[in-house]
Amino acid sequence: MQNQVQQNKNNMANISNLTRGIIKENPIFSLLLGMCPTLGVTTSGTNGLGMGLATMFVLIMSNIVISLVKNIIPDKVRIPAFIVIIATFVTIIQLLMEAYVPALFEQLGLYIPLIVVNCIILGRAESFASKNGVVDSLFDGIGMGLGFTLALTLLGLVREMLGAGTIFGWNFLGMEDPKTMLVFILPPGAFLVLAYLIALIKKNN
Amino acid sequence: MAQKIESSLKNMVIVLCAITFIAGISLAFVQQITLAPISASHQQKQINAISIVVPEFNNNPLETGIKTAVQNDSLTVYTATKDNEVVGYAILSSTNSGFGGTVQVMVGFTPDGAIYNTSVVAHQETPGLGDKMTTEKFRSQFVGFDCATKKAIVKKDGGDVDALTAATISSRAFCATIRKAYSAFQQITNQKSCADAESGATKQE
Repeated sequence: MQNQVQQNKNNMANISNLTRGIIKENPIFSLLLGMCPTLGVTTSGTNGLGMGLATMFVLIMSNIVISLVKNIIPDKVRIPAFIVIIATFVTIIQLLMEAYVPALFEQLGLYIPLIVVNCIILGRAESFASKNGVVDSLFDGIGMGLGFTLALTLLGLVREMLGAGTIFGWNFLGMEDPKTMLVFILPPGAFLVLAYLIALIKKNN
Repeated sequence: MAQKIESSLKNMVIVLCAITFIAGISLAFVQQITLAPISASHQQKQINAISIVVPEFNNNPLETGIKTAVQNDSLTVYTATKDNEVVGYAILSSTNSGFGGTVQVMVGFTPDGAIYNTSVVAHQETPGLGDKMTTEKFRSQFVGFDCATKKAIVKKDGGDVDALTAATISSRAFCATIRKAYSAFQQITNQKSCADAESGATKQE
């Protein structure tokens, strides 16, 4: 009986670890972390999704590894140690993307290596994975990663729809050369769309 | 929770060395795996670009690549042949004068010197403005373009090319790649025609 209660409690904790990153503590819409890739790459839904998934992979893997090795890393060198671990996974995903999804890799380009300095990843490593166990950290990584991916995809989709008149590259207007609002593809559009999305989400919360 | 390792100099050095060592090994491993697919995808991309810009061929143009010096730069000229007859030359031309840096264009010539087609291989132009140079609408004006009779300069500067709206710099860069490719083409065909003339002369005797 007691075991089952414990089990339920664990499940609840996992679920809350998972969902927290998606809505309540969404890294983009609530924590406003990782703005550089958020504003830089979301010129289309596909780019947002690709960037989100790449970051999610790094986040999950680094969360797992850091929670595993946290006890053998002396406190004073924990930041360089975390950065090396994160950079390793970033380079791995960079090589894999270049090999197997070259088209997307070309689009994201410089932003892939920049995942290393994405503060969401170091932030989760420092504030969560270095204090919690492997399973908790795994769920936290998935949750935060999903939240980041959702936010980037949404932002990319809105910008793509308004600025290029397509959804994931599909021309939903059916027009030959639609007159679109170019500004949404350009950097200022990223700020505008992000501001409106945050306002909407804050209002609904 | 297990005790954390003390932050003594020895511990810090050992841990950091161990982490970087493991990171290095895993990166070397991934790099080995992805080496072949990455170079294959690069080659495939070149071949795809070549097959857009020249008529149907059945050799492997990548094997025919010759470097030609043009304006302190060297361009690679690929010869496409069908049943040992030259059907076109694909020239990988590039310029640094794009709005966002380097613009690489594969320019295809038929043996008589007219452009068969063009394909933008790499660019960093502004999304929605300069990157329209990749569209069929802009590039179609170069199909059948003969640099001997027309000037590959934008109309604003006294040439025969319709520039992209609000992207004159990008259009100029594109034209520059065309001009460079044409001078590379001239060099190649001059060498060829000299050789042909010589062999023709020997035949007459």
